[in-house]
Amino acid sequence: MGVEGIGASVLRKEDRRFTTGKGRYVDDIKLQGMTHAHFVRSPHGHAKVKGIDSSAALKMPGVVAVLTGQQIVDDKVGNLICGWAVHSKDGTPMKMGAWPAMAPEVVRFVGQAVAVVIAETKNQARDAAEAVQVDYEELPAVTNVKAAIAAGAPQLHPEAPNNIVYDWELGDQAATNDAFAKAANVVKMDLVNNRLAPNAMEPRAAIAQYDEAEEHFTLYTTSQNPHVARLVLSAFYNIAPEHKLRVIAPDVGGGFGSKIFIYPEEMVALWASKKVNRPVKWTGDRTEAFLTDAHGRDHVSHAEMAFDKDNKILGLRVKTHANFGAYMSLFSSSVPTYLYATLLSGQYNIPAIYAEVMGVYTNTSPVDAYRGAGRPEASYLIERMMETSARQLKVDPAELRRKNFVTVFPHQTPVIMAYDIGDFNASLDAALKSIDYAGFPARKAKAKAEGKLRGIGFSCYIEACGIAPSKAVGSLGAGVGLWESAEIRVNPVGTIEVLTGSHSHGQGHETTFCQLVAERLGVPVSQVSIVHGDTDKVQFGMGTYGSRSLAVGGSAIVKALEKVEAKAKKIAAYQLEASESDIVIENGEFKVTGTDKSIALPMVALAAYTAHNLPDGMEPGLKESAFYDPSNFTFPAGTYICEIEVDAGTGKTEFVNFVAADDFGRLINPMIVEGQVHGGLTQGIGQALLEGAVYDDNGQLITASFMDYAMPRADDVPSYKLQHTTTLCPGNPLGVKGCGEAGAIGASAAVINAITDAIGNNSLEMPATPDRVWHAIQART
Amino acid sequence: MTAISLTVNGKVVSGNVEDRTLLVHFLRDHLNLTGTHVGCDTSQCGACVVHVDGRAVKSCTTLVGQVDGASVTTIEGLSHGDELHPMQAAFRDNHGLQCGYCTPGMIMSAVDIVQRHGGKLDEATVRHELEGNICRCTGYHNIVKSVLDAAGRMNTAQAAE
Repeated sequence: MGVEGIGASVLRKEDRRFTTGKGRYVDDIKLQGMTHAHFVRSPHGHAKVKGIDSSAALKMPGVVAVLTGQQIVDDKVGNLICGWAVHSKDGTPMKMGAWPAMAPEVVRFVGQAVAVVIAETKNQARDAAEAVQVDYEELPAVTNVKAAIAAGAPQLHPEAPNNIVYDWELGDQAATNDAFAKAANVVKMDLVNNRLAPNAMEPRAAIAQYDEAEEHFTLYTTSQNPHVARLVLSAFYNIAPEHKLRVIAPDVGGGFGSKIFIYPEEMVALWASKKVNRPVKWTGDRTEAFLTDAHGRDHVSHAEMAFDKDNKILGLRVKTHANFGAYMSLFSSSVPTYLYATLLSGQYNIPAIYAEVMGVYTNTSPVDAYRGAGRPEASYLIERMMETSARQLKVDPAELRRKNFVTVFPHQTPVIMAYDIGDFNASLDAALKSIDYAGFPARKAKAKAEGKLRGIGFSCYIEACGIAPSKAVGSLGAGVGLWESAEIRVNPVGTIEVLTGSHSHGQGHETTFCQLVAERLGVPVSQVSIVHGDTDKVQFGMGTYGSRSLAVGGSAIVKALEKVEAKAKKIAAYQLEASESDIVIENGEFKVTGTDKSIALPMVALAAYTAHNLPDGMEPGLKESAFYDPSNFTFPAGTYICEIEVDAGTGKTEFVNFVAADDFGRLINPMIVEGQVHGGLTQGIGQALLEGAVYDDNGQLITASFMDYAMPRADDVPSYKLQHTTTLCPGNPLGVKGCGEAGAIGASAAVINAITDAIGNNSLEMPATPDRVWHAIQART
Repeated sequence: MTAISLTVNGKVVSGNVEDRTLLVHFLRDHLNLTGTHVGCDTSQCGACVVHVDGRAVKSCTTLVGQVDGASVTTIEGLSHGDELHPMQAAFRDNHGLQCGYCTPGMIMSAVDIVQRHGGKLDEATVRHELEGNICRCTGYHNIVKSVLDAAGRMNTAQAAE
């Protein structure tokens, strides 16, 4: 590796602008003649919209227009779509209710927009929105999945009887029943995976501009995937054809999945910008984010695991109810199915698995992918089951896992996934050593003597990342391919631009992707720029989510670099009058091996563009592009161990130690990888100890601000001890697996396993607040 | 409307603003100093922290009228020309930021923390003091490292003066 190539912790190129206040986020952008939008939102969880009176609002200062849901329907703006078709057990397609961008007739969750005010200033729009009179007829609401499917429950959509979107299954039911019939021991658990609000620190925002002369729209938006946004806005929402719509996602302040989706607000901004023929800006506030950003998780599950007399797993049975909220968000259908049940084998050899998932409508905010998306729910379920099983079978939790680990690869699980490679013992061993597991009993005894309850908890997670092989996801119902594109432009002076369809909203692509170029062509990262987030610059791309940017987007860059290198070598060989096969690249010089003849990359590039002296038939220029479609998912895996202490008198938990041993394959920038793990772990710990989006029975979100929803703060979490073990991913040219979601996938089970170990009661729900922990201590038998 | 005059990053600025104008909106909308961010509506997240007369203040819950005559420093005014403030450099060197949205407020709070605690900072104190700044990306691990690193650099710089 060079000092800036693969494996170097190169400091981030983007940090100068971010540390000096020069980042450029959507809300920082001002356009000439720009107006401001403020939405009128439902205060009810479920109600009929009987009428909207805008007359008073229209007389308020600065008001340009008040637009309603009926108008957007009349203008034939398309309903929001769900892009992944999932079928029920009986073969019927999922049952979806219509979701207009603003509700003309019925509102189904608090915060759903019914109208929008466009005004000269943000405050004027906000003031006038208060003056819009909406006549609602309240309807009974339901927020809990089990209540929503009960007889007599309020019905949300006529298209979905009993509020059931689908009743889906995966695996072999008969084989699983046989496994349970043979079992020496069966362990059963009920588990709740709590609903979370994603809370990227930058609230969502959009600026839409319509150019009447060109009949062309520009949308600045907080998106993780601007090309997907353009595709959906064009193909399904009838905003404008793709060549008449430019989508720009500039600096974006975190996403965590919540900025994958195309939301009503950007649709309305685009539509309204043509109606008022002026740019329209909308910037959400934090409570709007709580109410309208797609939430995550929200599963209620029952799981049963069968063991033989040697404690080998024979089978797993899982029944999950997944809360989708009031509407099916863009990729929601895939999250509790193909991103969840396919990971239920965990790191283990499980011969038979049968999973059933019922997707349910409720009067709550839509639920979709949030950091990990389905995989944290699977990992939490399996790892709680393993720890509880170890306790019931009275065996060491590490050894029960070890006994059941998959050790031979490739490994075909009974739930679609084929694990390509891994070494689960290596990460477990690294974590055990790091936390000094052998010394734990003595530490526990010492804590006990001091009046504290100490516990240790494991989580051996696996995830499917590098999303995803297009053919495979297509066969499972995805409406899109999940490849990535890249283009390398070597300029005539030798500087390089890398155009990528991935989008960076904190991941550091501007640095990591440059390192791929530095490694290959030997140029300093300062000579390389990453271009992303603009549909006018980058031809197409699928964006950033599912820990895919390096495994898929990075692989596309490598493919394009191979083409650049091949052509550059031809040019260099011609210039140096040498054989192409004798050319090697060293420190940015193209050398004739075994001689002192060389030519620097800028001279090769110049030759390519002057085209005065190129091999016969060669096209001028030095620019190549590539599309990369992965052959399989990647499978990052690892072990997290958490040691905590509980104050029995108050139920307060305190971290003693948190170790993480991850196998992400090859690391390009270890510093950035570790940062991703720290952040993921904190979100997993947040879910375990602090966070929960809570609705009352009427559909009011009672945790709709940072005063009520407990975000992890600096003194809630420990410093982490990270280890890396490595098996190189065989499925992509970089050997990388992806690291963005691991922490959030693995951490929560480790925390709850540790607390339940400390208090001696397996029955504890997330978030494990001091109140809940204290009650669990009192309830232990 | 209220007439106000204050010093922002060393320059005197004045104007007539609506009485309800918050300092953060004055900075962002009137002065185009968009480094100061709004991350919540409830004075919890700290993305909006600036210095008013040398003290860290949440500009989203400060009326600009309240700081009439005061001296305000924003993230844009922290560095000396091209030379980053030690706190900015420490955040870069320790990977103390990812998406960058909370970073300006985090840095402004951190400078205030170091100034108040001098050389006596430890990890627990930094974590406790950062209670009013939320970051969703970094898990705070590298932010804490950055602040402790910067504290060393700032104290060394002070000792040298």
